[in-house]
Amino acid sequence: MSAAPTLTSEARVRRSPATALVADGLAVTGRNLLAYVRIPQLVVFSTIQPVIFVLLFRYVFGGAIDVPGGSYVNYLMPGIFAQTVVFGSIGTAVGLATDVRSGLVERFRSLPMARSAVLTGRTAADGVRNVFVVLLMTVVGYLVGFRVQTNVAAFLAALALIVAFGYAFSWIFATVGLAVADPESAQAAAFPVMAPLVFASSAFVPLDTMPGWLQGFAANQPVSVVVDATRALVLGGPTSRPVLEALAWIVAIVAVFGPVAVARYRRMA
Amino acid sequence: MVEAAQRDGPTVRAEGLRKRFGDVVALDGVDLEVAPGEVVGLLGPNGAGKTTTVRILTTVLAPDGGEATVAGYDVVRHPDAVRRRIGLAGQFAAVDGNLTGRENLHLIGKLTQMPRSTVPGRAGELLDRFGLTDAADRPARTYSGGMRRRLDVAAALVHRPPVLFLDEPTTGLDPQSRAQLWEMIRELVAEGTTVLLTTQYLEEADRLAVRIVVVDGGKVIAEGTPNELKAKLGGTVVEIGLEDEDGARRAVPLVGSAGVAPDREGNLVRFSTPVGALSLLGVLRALEDGGLAPASLSVRDPSLDDVFLSLTGHHVRAEGSGGRSGRQGRRSRRGAA
Repeated sequence: MSAAPTLTSEARVRRSPATALVADGLAVTGRNLLAYVRIPQLVVFSTIQPVIFVLLFRYVFGGAIDVPGGSYVNYLMPGIFAQTVVFGSIGTAVGLATDVRSGLVERFRSLPMARSAVLTGRTAADGVRNVFVVLLMTVVGYLVGFRVQTNVAAFLAALALIVAFGYAFSWIFATVGLAVADPESAQAAAFPVMAPLVFASSAFVPLDTMPGWLQGFAANQPVSVVVDATRALVLGGPTSRPVLEALAWIVAIVAVFGPVAVARYRRMA
Repeated sequence: MVEAAQRDGPTVRAEGLRKRFGDVVALDGVDLEVAPGEVVGLLGPNGAGKTTTVRILTTVLAPDGGEATVAGYDVVRHPDAVRRRIGLAGQFAAVDGNLTGRENLHLIGKLTQMPRSTVPGRAGELLDRFGLTDAADRPARTYSGGMRRRLDVAAALVHRPPVLFLDEPTTGLDPQSRAQLWEMIRELVAEGTTVLLTTQYLEEADRLAVRIVVVDGGKVIAEGTPNELKAKLGGTVVEIGLEDEDGARRAVPLVGSAGVAPDREGNLVRFSTPVGALSLLGVLRALEDGGLAPASLSVRDPSLDDVFLSLTGHHVRAEGSGGRSGRQGRRSRRGAA
């Protein structure tokens, strides 16, 4: 067999596994971000729901809710930030499921790329989207009367914590997206998981108004922990303990669901 | 060296591949060899195990049993070595609709670790070759089905893989796009690329493949050159329609007396023959002598269904019935294609 031109082995960049992880992850991140640029509706739609929640709680329910410190809008916005990124992580599940169904994941799996890149690229792109969405919600919050009570550094730390929390949640829903492999089911599967976490939390109402049996869950679940830490950073009060607890949740979620999702991707049939 | 490859021998070799999805046995011991530079067509109906075979050979799916090597590397033990040497164009044009044609190819170039500087040139060359230069900077979701499929094949070629897997490359394409794609595949073959393609169309396998492997129910049921298979089938299929079933029943022995082996389905009598015109003459004479006049007559090349009827004694199973892999069942949209 004479070697025809196409058979000469193409030059290839040699690289360590760590470099491969980062390079391939970035390539997939870029591809996913381009989709957000090309179809801005994807981002716009993920901001409509939180804006409605801001208006609903600020002007409809808010008057009936007593909060410590008195200003409900200031109490509300940290909860809205958390709700926004948690609900937004459905997008991670839907995006991955869409790629599975379109056959793109199949193609990626046949390429000599890092096994984790499809997932890290998805969660990273959704993290970048969250930065944008959270900043937008800050503007919306300001328009309806939200004011940071601490300082800019503390507020930026709060936003960073929220974005990190959204990133962690993306890993949960990356696992879901791979498992159901169908965008509509991904959406349907996500809500029952998210609703109790977001609503049975300190995001919108103080926990002491809830029945005792629910308080135990509500006080310790990750959304409340992150919302409390964010409130401390934005509104004042002791910060180190709540922030450390929030970071512990974020690290724990990624440490569990990261490997689970990647293992799932490797074994996909 | 971790990646010890067997240099000599077939480019693609599968031995006793087995795979089941739940209760469905997708592969029941598939053996397959493709020599370097050879084009082999994997021919079979939906659910025969074609796609599952390709998915295992491209490291996308792990087999339950059996062994396979591609370009000398074991697909289970050295998947990355295999991945660097293969291109896969699937059944469903797996390109990113939000990226332009050019961006799709650039992404694949990055993910196959091509040196950064060589990617744009290679992408441009492929876009040109596949007639996509004018559409190169439009999002792929604006492409027609034929353009998407061409982009999909181009994406499989970015890193110049010596082995190419094409899973039903022309399913769902209009005749013109199909002919274009065939031409492009033939060019690749002429350059020395080893190709394993799956198809449901005997015509396609005939046009492109040097050797055809027929699969059914997860097993290889026949293989040979297109001519060998056709010889086995008798080459030309003749169908004679009678007025009614009774007439057809009476026609069978008459047709048989002309030296062919007919079978009957409703009011149709069908036989295949290597010498179509000549045997037709005898058959018609025999019918006339028996007092029967044909109501319709067709002479055609054998279809996949004829291949199956002759090899297995049964027709190709109806689309969507039994034997589909679990994955296809789950992805309803794919399964419906």
